[in-house]
Amino acid sequence: MPPEFVIQASGLVKRYGEKRALDGVDLQVPRGTVHGLLGPNGAGKTTTVRILSTLTTPDGGQAEVAGYDVAAQPREVRRRIGLTGQQTAVDDLLSARQNLTMFGRLFRLDKSAAQKRADQLLEVFGLTEAASRTPKKFSGGMRRRLDLAASMILAPEVLYLDEPTTGLDPAGRREVWEAVQNLAAEGTTVLLTTHYLDEADKLCDRISVIDHGMNFVEDTPAGLKQRIGQERLEVAVADPAEGLRLKALLQQVLSAEPAEEDQGTKFSLLVTDGVSALTSAAAAISAEGIEIADIGLRRPTLDEAFLHLTAKTAPQETS
Amino acid sequence: MTTTQSAPAVSTAPETSGSRFIWSIRDCWTIVVQEFTHLLRQPSTFAWQIGFPVVMVLMFVYVFGSAMDVTGQGAGEGYVDFAMPGMFAMTMALGFMDTAYAVTHNKEKGFMDRFRSMPMSSSAPVTGRAVSDVIRAAIDLVVIAGVALLIGWRSGGSLTATLLAFVLLLWLRLALILVGIYLGLCIKNTETAGMLFAVAFPLGFISSVFTPPEMMPGWLGAIAAWNPVSSTATAIRELFETPGIQALEPSYWIDGHAIGAAIIWPAVIILIFLPLAVRQYRLLSR
Repeated sequence: MPPEFVIQASGLVKRYGEKRALDGVDLQVPRGTVHGLLGPNGAGKTTTVRILSTLTTPDGGQAEVAGYDVAAQPREVRRRIGLTGQQTAVDDLLSARQNLTMFGRLFRLDKSAAQKRADQLLEVFGLTEAASRTPKKFSGGMRRRLDLAASMILAPEVLYLDEPTTGLDPAGRREVWEAVQNLAAEGTTVLLTTHYLDEADKLCDRISVIDHGMNFVEDTPAGLKQRIGQERLEVAVADPAEGLRLKALLQQVLSAEPAEEDQGTKFSLLVTDGVSALTSAAAAISAEGIEIADIGLRRPTLDEAFLHLTAKTAPQETS
Repeated sequence: MTTTQSAPAVSTAPETSGSRFIWSIRDCWTIVVQEFTHLLRQPSTFAWQIGFPVVMVLMFVYVFGSAMDVTGQGAGEGYVDFAMPGMFAMTMALGFMDTAYAVTHNKEKGFMDRFRSMPMSSSAPVTGRAVSDVIRAAIDLVVIAGVALLIGWRSGGSLTATLLAFVLLLWLRLALILVGIYLGLCIKNTETAGMLFAVAFPLGFISSVFTPPEMMPGWLGAIAAWNPVSSTATAIRELFETPGIQALEPSYWIDGHAIGAAIIWPAVIILIFLPLAVRQYRLLSR
């Protein structure tokens, strides 16, 4: 039996003047999974979410959400989705409970049902204590949780999260991650955009890497990390005069030419087995008696990963 | 407890045009209730907003008014009666800034997007704004009228004429709300919305609000006389039977037809800005 796709989009195109914000995005998300759209700013993540949540009409391609066409039957789609946008769209002057009751009313619940649902959601998202306070003085994580609660009034089939943790402190990020994981565990299909690799890794079943309005790769987090490839070993000397000695040593131990950074005080090289490279380099350095300021394994930054992935997959440009 | 268990069912009833209309009114009302909860939540902001026109009234009547001879019977004479209708009209005129600011704010904070991704009536965010701003304007008028009565202003007109004057004021405000909604949808962020003062001030001041256009240089006087705010101000002066106003021979054609102009001007503004605002609202889905 083929899996049921709750989001199905093909060839989405969106132009803003000359610029193609989306240039043929395809997306298939099976019901009950968490799917990540990972990409740098301006990659087209938000535009994709806006089209799938009926906020923006595409210039090309087509998309079905929960079985309804986003362009032809937006109202049916809206009854079945929840959207948590980049800004926390909660009313700072209404209490948390008043916020949820208002949204409940706008989701067409009658007054008592809206109030009942508000209290349920406050409890689920751990906001019961704060129910009568206004979100103005909430922590970033609490605001986001209230925002999520507002998206969950009708327990939508699909929940869109556009950069749900951007601008949050680590504690806030953890709170939001936990809330999203709980929703996913209950079977809500989630489409989330992020530019944090670790966030996608932590939350998503599958990840689409998107840049320049096209998706390049779709894979599981583990598969993606494998594709992004190697870690980088970085070593910095304490005394700049010892730079050349260190460089020669690293070259000898790891049989590769280290790259120089910071005026020859820091050296880095790509390694396949990070841990064994780190231990053998550290052992050799201490045997040679070179004093070092720092040594560590660095994962490739997202920029490097994108360069890597897009360079491999992008069609050859002829100019 | 979980979010999905015990979640309210999605209504799948097909919508008729009748039920859509009823929902659009109910959703509009939900937004109005939200707006008024804001006022109750921050009474000090509300007080500041009301305070501004009140301070203007006192300033103009006592500071500038003492030097103004608007009736030809000496400086300061009858200025309260001349200035109060102007104050009413100007409060209505400047109110469009609040509307624009609120619309921009909702857009900027992602509220507009959230509303538009919900199965609610798509007109409600706009109609809700318009209705609550008209109610707000009525409250403004009541407060300013109270202050005016305290400093000695009286309407000389009949009760019907006086009420008609206030209806004309709200009519002007309604028209400018649409301008405010249109501008609010066009403007990128709230900082820019704050700069609308630069537009609002000439609209309010280059008018017959504080000074008869006859006392201005010719070209400026003509602009002031044809300002919609002037038409409303002049019309309500007539309806309040402001003493001394008959003494002034209207120098501009429109002054002689002020009540008609006070009805037509806002209608023209609505005819222009309603479609513009609807268009701009639709452009949000670009």
